[in-house]
Amino acid sequence: MYVAVKGGERAIENAHAWLDEERRGDPAFAALSLAQIREQLSLAVDRVMAEGSLYDPDLAALAIKQARGDLIEAIFLIRAYRTTLPRLGTSRPVDTGAMACDRRISATYKDAPGGQVLGPTFDYTHRLLDFKLAAEGTPAPAPAPQATARTAPTPHIAAYLQDEGLMQSEPADDTAPSDITRTPMSYPAGRAVRLQSLARADEGFTLGMAYSTQRGYGYNHAFVGELRIGRVPVEMDVPELGFAVEIGEIELTECETVNQFKGSRTSPPQFTRGYGLVFGKGERKAISMALVDRALRWEELGEDNTGAAAQDEEFVLSHGDNIQATGFLEHIKLPHYVDFQSELELVRKMRRDAGAGNTAEAAE
Amino acid sequence: MPSAAHSFTGGFADAPRDAAEAFRSAMTVLARPGEIRTLHGALPPAPLGVAAGALLLTLCDADTSVHLAGACDRPDLRDWIGFHTGAPLVAADQADFAIGAWPDLRAAQGLRIGTAEYPDRSCTLIAELPALDAAGAALTGPGIRDTAHLSLPETAWFQANAARFPLGMDAFFTCGARVAALPRSTTIHNGG
Amino acid sequence: MMRPGGDRVGDDRTEAAVTDPAYNFAYLDEQTKRMIRRAILKGLAVPGYQVPFASREMPMPYGWGTGGVQVTAATLTPDDTLKVIDQGADDTTNAVSIRKFFQKTAGVAVTERTADATVIQTRHRIPEHPLTEDQILVYQVPIPEPLRFLEPRETETRKMHALQDYGLMHVKLYEDIAQNGAIAKSYAYPVKVSGRYVMDPSPIPKFDNPKLDMPAIQLFGAGREQRIYAVPPYTPVVSLDFEDFPFDPSKADHACDLCGADTSYLDEVIVDDAGGRMFVCSDTDFCGERRDAGHRGAMSPPDAAVQA
Ligand SMILES: [Zn+2]
Repeated sequence: MYVAVKGGERAIENAHAWLDEERRGDPAFAALSLAQIREQLSLAVDRVMAEGSLYDPDLAALAIKQARGDLIEAIFLIRAYRTTLPRLGTSRPVDTGAMACDRRISATYKDAPGGQVLGPTFDYTHRLLDFKLAAEGTPAPAPAPQATARTAPTPHIAAYLQDEGLMQSEPADDTAPSDITRTPMSYPAGRAVRLQSLARADEGFTLGMAYSTQRGYGYNHAFVGELRIGRVPVEMDVPELGFAVEIGEIELTECETVNQFKGSRTSPPQFTRGYGLVFGKGERKAISMALVDRALRWEELGEDNTGAAAQDEEFVLSHGDNIQATGFLEHIKLPHYVDFQSELELVRKMRRDAGAGNTAEAAE
Repeated sequence: MPSAAHSFTGGFADAPRDAAEAFRSAMTVLARPGEIRTLHGALPPAPLGVAAGALLLTLCDADTSVHLAGACDRPDLRDWIGFHTGAPLVAADQADFAIGAWPDLRAAQGLRIGTAEYPDRSCTLIAELPALDAAGAALTGPGIRDTAHLSLPETAWFQANAARFPLGMDAFFTCGARVAALPRSTTIHNGG
Repeated sequence: MMRPGGDRVGDDRTEAAVTDPAYNFAYLDEQTKRMIRRAILKGLAVPGYQVPFASREMPMPYGWGTGGVQVTAATLTPDDTLKVIDQGADDTTNAVSIRKFFQKTAGVAVTERTADATVIQTRHRIPEHPLTEDQILVYQVPIPEPLRFLEPRETETRKMHALQDYGLMHVKLYEDIAQNGAIAKSYAYPVKVSGRYVMDPSPIPKFDNPKLDMPAIQLFGAGREQRIYAVPPYTPVVSLDFEDFPFDPSKADHACDLCGADTSYLDEVIVDDAGGRMFVCSDTDFCGERRDAGHRGAMSPPDAAVQA
């Protein structure tokens, strides 16, 4: 005998209890501390901060722990928390030129003031599993040799091209950009909104879009003019004091690409740039962002729209957010009995009608 | 009706509850043109009444611009709105909300009526009237089962406004603590 | 001194200690509620037009009712009685989850009885029990744009609405008829509201379309797509059709096997390994009330068992 499915509430509670148990794993092993996650899974923490749009390594570590390492779930936790926070004010734009660089490389000049600083990169590691790490209680590695810290600011590479008139200048613009978390998206969105969206867009999506431009879908060859990672001070104006005070420091990854531009009727040939900036150490994302930013600038620069996905602002901005995407994708797990039932009835009816038609034809 | 002694008083005592209740009434009167409800909890400086004040507190903040029309543009009201809502005060043609006596609102220049693609980008009027009754002009349209009646301050202006639908302005009419509304979707009949 | 108006989410959150002092009444901060409330008013003033709103990131996934939840949160007062249904049922897991969310954050009374509710949030159904002027129906909407499956670009569909250019939709519906002899649209069946905007009534079965012209206020919230729209009471809502192919709000040709109702929308249930079927009301409150009133269907258990 049929009994309507009841007990949704109890099912949910039980599922949550089980989830909690799964998250903890075998209690015979020590629980992860937030400090362990923050210190030893720092690139995961950085990604959660970047795509969660909230700079707080401890909260990101908590989210990763709670999400059992599912980074999109962790980003979701951070986003949902972020929206409830009071907005006390707006910082001044950070000056990445004043960055204390841990890493700074240019693919366009062999050397430049500030130098090529390799920093703690995977780049030239041989991707061989290091079985020494598998042993528990491995002593901490010896401190890496320290270079003498540079005291002068590290100038941007693009500035040298700009001084020569070879790089399109980006005029300063002090109009307040639209805030994508407070204003519904409308198209054309403009570059400020595009950059905001890309900065929090899914790394995988952005990487795929960027890669597609490299393979010819909206092709525009990019040199990494500069990639820098380091810490910058964050300053905020305090009206009561009449000047800005430093409220903290954040780590950022910035990428500027140098792209060819053959010129148009109105502009001489020169280089143009794509721009990427993300929280923490996120160079794959920053480079991807710069490539996609550049591809989206086709109209402003008078280039052809080749119909490539990465040139399509509405396409890129509507689909890059992994919280929107995963929510909508996963909602198809929810009950759809009612709409499915209506389809079922319609298909049955159309088959009946078609069957009747066939029978009639056969009889003729 | 007592008015706020100064700009720091006369706000909602319990903002989440008071605003929720005021909004439900505002939504109901806009959804049912001709219906009159009573608002409470706000005490703005004269010449505004409780209802106009409650609408401002419920709908306006730093993200909405407000135009004070004619005689409403007074320092005490500016201060009250500034303190309680943080809404920037602007010229008529930039306003999200325009508030005042009907003759002053009617005289305001360049109030926004939205665009074909974004008809929501229009100004909402809050008109403080000397009287407000469910009598007078006959109204039909969305929200009205048969015919409703409302003591509009005039008909021709609102007929012209409705003729531009989906563009146009939506109006709240307040009289002391009482509020009614006329969305742009309502048809106003002559000789009601 | 901080202005009460500006950004003071934190202050607002502590002002109303309802059931959980960590949250503002109905979770959202007051500024967010004001923004949503303004959008709702625009929606009611321009019936069927999709008003853009700055949807917030809710503590539940996009696609699971974030739009409906935000509209409900902005609409509720502490004195409301809330009912939440998904697929017509109060006990489906997502309905349970959303109901609990509002119990916790708004402390409002909840009910499963349609007639007792002042605000009803729904996914995919309109209750069978006719709604009254004193009720508000809030729909969760996945894709608010009725033209989206014909034209994916927002920039294009916005133009079509502006120009009232719905030719593409009529062509699509007519092609269905030419190909299948019927309009191949059984839910989220497009409607024209008050003679102006073509609107997606959310994925309700087309069986529910005739109820869209009702005494209650209807609000539609699409969180991920950042749109709110509305249908005021007593507003003409016409399902698109053709003179020679009139709209047909059909449903399964059965009566409910539990309560015997032959006018309600039915869920089909597979009841045994041999694929036996039964049909039951999708509206659990409606079916339960009928059974309480003594109505029985073809597969009802014996009365003694029901009473036990
Ligand atoms: Zn039944």
